[in-house]
Amino acid sequence: MTNYITYSEAILEGFKYLLDNHKDVFVIGQGLWSPWYVGNTMRDLDKLYGKKRIIDTPVSENAVTGAAIGASLCGSKPIVVHPRMDFMLYAMDPIINQAAKWSYMFGGKANPQVTIRSIVNRGGEQGAQHSQILHSLFAHIPGLRVVMPYSVLDARDLLISSVLCKDPVIFIDDRWLYDEKDESKEVEKLNLEEVTSRKVLEGNDITIISSGYSTKISKNAIKIFNEANKNYSIELIDLRVINPINYDLILKSICKTKRFIVVDGGWKTCGLASEIISSVVEKLDPNILLSKPINLSLKNCPAPSANVLEREYYLSEQDIVSLLKRELLDS
Amino acid sequence: MVSNRYLDDLINPEKNQNTFNLNSISKKDCEDLYRKLTFIREVEFKIAEERKNGEIGGPVHLAAGQEAIPVGISYHLNKNDYIFGAHRSHAHILALGSSLKGLFAEILGRSTGLSKGYGGSMHLIDKSVGFMGSVPIVAGTISLAVGAGFAISQKNTNSVSIAYIGDGGVEEGVFHESLNLASINNLPVIFVVENNLFSSHMDIKKRQPSSFTSRFAKANLINHKIIDGNNIIEVINASKDIIKETRENKKPWLIEAFTYRWFGHVDWREDIDVGTNRCRKSLNNWKLRCPIKRLKESLIEENIMDQSILDNIRTEIIDEINNTWEIALQEPFPEKNDLLKNIYFEKK
Ligand SMILES: Cc1ncc(C[n+]2csc(CCOP(=O)(O)OP(=O)(O)O)c2C)c(N)n1
Ligand SMILES: [Mg+2]
Repeated sequence: MTNYITYSEAILEGFKYLLDNHKDVFVIGQGLWSPWYVGNTMRDLDKLYGKKRIIDTPVSENAVTGAAIGASLCGSKPIVVHPRMDFMLYAMDPIINQAAKWSYMFGGKANPQVTIRSIVNRGGEQGAQHSQILHSLFAHIPGLRVVMPYSVLDARDLLISSVLCKDPVIFIDDRWLYDEKDESKEVEKLNLEEVTSRKVLEGNDITIISSGYSTKISKNAIKIFNEANKNYSIELIDLRVINPINYDLILKSICKTKRFIVVDGGWKTCGLASEIISSVVEKLDPNILLSKPINLSLKNCPAPSANVLEREYYLSEQDIVSLLKRELLDS
Repeated sequence: MVSNRYLDDLINPEKNQNTFNLNSISKKDCEDLYRKLTFIREVEFKIAEERKNGEIGGPVHLAAGQEAIPVGISYHLNKNDYIFGAHRSHAHILALGSSLKGLFAEILGRSTGLSKGYGGSMHLIDKSVGFMGSVPIVAGTISLAVGAGFAISQKNTNSVSIAYIGDGGVEEGVFHESLNLASINNLPVIFVVENNLFSSHMDIKKRQPSSFTSRFAKANLINHKIIDGNNIIEVINASKDIIKETRENKKPWLIEAFTYRWFGHVDWREDIDVGTNRCRKSLNNWKLRCPIKRLKESLIEENIMDQSILDNIRTEIIDEINNTWEIALQEPFPEKNDLLKNIYFEKK
């Protein structure tokens, strides 16, 4: 009999693995003593590992994040949890000025081995300050590793490898993925520095590159498209780590398909999709492309509240299907 | 000097369940206060119900139980003052006299809402009553309220700025920076800490070494007053003097008003089980400290109004709220192409 686990259970398994096997790991953040704050991803950790290792906090993102960075400089391996990415903006100074800089600024003599887990929690008419997905902003910062798992097992295994990596890592998981299911397997020990993007679907006619939740909707869109158009095959690449990015697989795929779309749930301007398109056209001869690269990102506006506007705002499978039709059927 | 006994009672749910001394308030004002408090209470109940049945799509943070603080403070404010709030602000904007239809329409995501449907419950604005904006980033408007203090001092008017903050909000660094900044610049800002002893699921005892956040006022040499936020008369009297003095002397104040929310942190459930130290017994006791119940009993006790008149007023208010809700349900939704409007200021 196969065992299935969900994305949120996988994260919980990741925490348990780390707490069981690494005495120097502790977890700190808002809501860790509450059953409903961070979904199921941290359920009862405080009861299993004690409130000394699982620390709920005052509403003090800046100090909490800074304190975790400080602890990491002194031999602990802390995981900070921000239940919503928007709240983490109070912690920008410790993340960008401190964690990202200490190794370089001190000639490699310091390494903040800290993982900052940031949960994307959007939709549901929550509006502009409770819907942001700012992965591109963190990926802009040299010195931070930014991890954005799509697959269920990555949610666990990349969390583990983030915490065991010597560098500061921003680990971004998405509530819209929490119910995804996959077959449960043993923990795969990965060295984060060697983790590269992964082919989710094999294809010949066009490549879609995405990460996190965008990979989920891309996969669904491909399925929908293929139901009506069986003659086309589409390659889907899941980035997994969005800074630094290893381009080998992406370039190989695009040289084969000669067309590509980057799907990203963040804003278009200065966003991840723009970064990937510019890097790809820099790295290969653009003349091999049969059509212009496509950037499908969020429109450049804050998240609205009204449901009618939200439906216009977030990317959907249908947006991707339309692009595939335009690229493959109409051209 | 306030006695320790007084302070202990403020945070003890079994105390302060008594009626009020109404000597300082006219009969007309008494009735008016009863109406305002009841109105806000019943609006919050209505919102809870409509959230529960799915008519409201977004989260709502309800202030049932806490009405006396904004009602009492707003009693002395006018449209030239600047008021800033946080995620739990329905009561604050209504206490200032904003439009119920505008609030309902906003919560329903309609284009005629207070923020034209862009904001929802957590992002409210009505400059016509002095309400400059409320946002759900905890402590997000405290420094903005200090900025209003700067603007007032530049213009040299006698307005005041009000920063509504929760006991959780004081845990953000910006609260402390803001107090210091207001103090050193003698700004007419009143920090109103609505201390309901909880920040989402967590009891203040688990978050701070003392339950009294006014200690931070002392550290910044800001005058402060600690009051029973469920005693409408105490709120009115204390804030009257403080607001008057702030207008005249241009110095910040901090009011710490103790209270308790009847609903859980968000939405309609009581959430008895999810808090640390939140339990049925203390919620029930806090309900006995209800500002409306105590006012009502005081009015009856002192023969100012009788039970049936008070009950009739409440029924009228509920009818009016239900009517307004029905009207708000007919309001238009935003158009799809509104999505990309207002990102930058647009001339009307
Ligand atoms: C910067 C930030 N951190 C965390 C949150 C999540 N959050 C929303 S309201 C709240 C509790 C705030 O408590 P308090 O200030 O006492 O206000 P109350 O809810 O009691 O009215 C928290 C932690 C947030 N919205 N913003
Ligand atoms: Mg509170």
